[in-house]
Amino acid sequence: MARALNRALADALAADERVLVFGEDVGTLGGVFRVTDGLAASFGEARVFDTPLAEAGIVGTAIGMAMNGLRPVVEMQFDAFAYPAFEQITSHLAKLRNRTRGRIELPVVIRIPYGGGIGGVEHHSDSSEAYYVHTAGLRVVTPGTPADAYDLLRAAIDCPDPVIFFEPKRRYWAKSSDPLTSGTPIDRALVRRPGRDVTLIAYGPMVATALETAEAAEVDVEVIDLRSLAPFDDETVCASVRRTGRAVVVHEAPGFLGYGAEVAARVTEQCFHYLHAPVARVTGFDIPYPPPMLEEHHLPSVDRILDAIERLQWDDTAVLPDA
Amino acid sequence: MILDEILEHWLARLDNQAMSTVATPRQKLTRNLLPSTEPLQLLAPSGEAGPGAHLPPDDILLDLYRRMVVGRRFDAQATALTKQGRLAVYPSSHGQEACEVGAVVALREQDWLFPTYRDCVAIIARGVDPVETLSLLRGDQHLGYDPYEHRVAPQCTPLATNALHAVGLAHAARLKGEDTVALVFVGDGATSEGDTHEALNFAGVWKAPVVFLVQNNGYAISVPMSKQNAAPSLAHKGVGYGIPSMLIDGNDPAMVYTAVHEAAAAARAGEGPTLIEARTYRIEAHTNADDATRYRGQDEVLHWLARDPIDRLERHLSARDLLDAAGRQRIADEAEAVASSLRERMNTDPVLAPAALFEHVYATPTPALRRQAAALASELAL
Repeated sequence: MARALNRALADALAADERVLVFGEDVGTLGGVFRVTDGLAASFGEARVFDTPLAEAGIVGTAIGMAMNGLRPVVEMQFDAFAYPAFEQITSHLAKLRNRTRGRIELPVVIRIPYGGGIGGVEHHSDSSEAYYVHTAGLRVVTPGTPADAYDLLRAAIDCPDPVIFFEPKRRYWAKSSDPLTSGTPIDRALVRRPGRDVTLIAYGPMVATALETAEAAEVDVEVIDLRSLAPFDDETVCASVRRTGRAVVVHEAPGFLGYGAEVAARVTEQCFHYLHAPVARVTGFDIPYPPPMLEEHHLPSVDRILDAIERLQWDDTAVLPDA
Repeated sequence: MILDEILEHWLARLDNQAMSTVATPRQKLTRNLLPSTEPLQLLAPSGEAGPGAHLPPDDILLDLYRRMVVGRRFDAQATALTKQGRLAVYPSSHGQEACEVGAVVALREQDWLFPTYRDCVAIIARGVDPVETLSLLRGDQHLGYDPYEHRVAPQCTPLATNALHAVGLAHAARLKGEDTVALVFVGDGATSEGDTHEALNFAGVWKAPVVFLVQNNGYAISVPMSKQNAAPSLAHKGVGYGIPSMLIDGNDPAMVYTAVHEAAAAARAGEGPTLIEARTYRIEAHTNADDATRYRGQDEVLHWLARDPIDRLERHLSARDLLDAAGRQRIADEAEAVASSLRERMNTDPVLAPAALFEHVYATPTPALRRQAAALASELAL
């Protein structure tokens, strides 16, 4: 996946001279995950460069550059290190189009490696998507497969709106022989695996886990890869749930007011008469991200998702014994 | 000890300096990393030019005077409009006109201004329509003017965030080969914000064509400088970023103009950013909603009224026969016309379009926003 992202950046830099790539260690080093490897050498230090180590500075200057007609793609080194830029993102990047009645357009992409599962120490494994999806004016997307990493990043760079681009860091090393193509609309969810009995809704790092779960399940599981967290693709998700009658949403972030709560509410509001069971959520616990040696207990696993599927009131006469 | 004195008694010291020890730049200003220990001044409060002072051309001085008079009248009218309920709030810049106008007149058409909420006078000095300038504070929309028309960024209500935007815009201009300088206003309180630090640091590293103008009016709402800063001056902070810095008398319009003019010229020449601390004073409270008597005495205000920037330039121009009674009257009439037109135009209720709430959130409205817009429309149709 890291290679697909690298290719997307290279192709975008080649396609449009207004595109710039900058952040911490993205130049000479090529990024701590090597996503920007070789770009500074290929495109020069005026277009791909290291900045001072200051996230608000990176996003704030990206805003100024976009005001002046450029299309910055910036990197936050890790999820939790993006927080110093929060004010610039929520008060300025997200709002300037609205504040100026469309006169200032900010086609800025903020790439954020996020999520756990790589044995990272404290502050290197947050799933911080809920903070950003709650802010109107931002698009928030995350790819679940290497091929989609390319497709979605090209779409994000072409998008006239600011995009928070979450990269599921534990899938950086995922491999695929799928061809790299672009053109899927940025705001569409995709059915990754069709199924008849239950809709499993996932995004980012959980897409692979969901597909694995589907293979192991006794029922026929349809897997939806949301891709776009904001806006949410009601149409694709609800069409699936109306077909299957059951839904499970899964993410790494804590469940309390997490993204799954919104999905469950929307699905319930729009598909109530089709549902045979309440929408289930499988999420991380409501705890600060745990130390690496304990993270496996926190992250939603295939078994935990299978358990949730089993509890979806398959037999209407049964009363849950342990719920 | 001297540094301590400056910190604790800079106000009183400025008073003394006015009599005798203010530094006068004799020739073209030189940009040094370290600012002068005393604020640079070209015109004393008496209006007298310092010995050998290199003043701006006469037409610039007259233009500064005219725009300051118009600006002050606009400012008073805006404050009056808050009392009539026509503005939600207004942060006055009465007393700070030398900074507001001096800096803007030093810019060229292709340069950019990044103002704060207290800089309405600077914005109208840049040529923006007064009613459009006041949209934010009237509350009918967040921004009334087109930022690209006069190259004026939206007024910044969070502190110092606009400094980073200025650095980014200026750096982009350099990458694109454009001859553009960005001037950003920040207040004394805003220098404590992290974004000021990051902006100065980025600008220093990138040698971005930016002029940072700190209007040090002595207070961040109620908090005085002594609780805000431990450096010998705010201008001294430039040293840590490798940025040439100047400490100037912010109530001397000729000095503000000259300092910004020189800093912008250096930026254009590829010499990078400059940090200017202009010492001035906010005569009115923070806004019409603030009570300044809770944190400062009237004697202090009177002291600064005696150092008024408009009176200073008026005395200078009159003494040199560049301005006579008829000229003063002409400018006063122009200011009155601006105020009266503003009063008239603001005394109508703005036309509000609730459907506009959903516009410009994204380039294209999302399906959810279209549904919400339809829901509001049907509510309003009931």
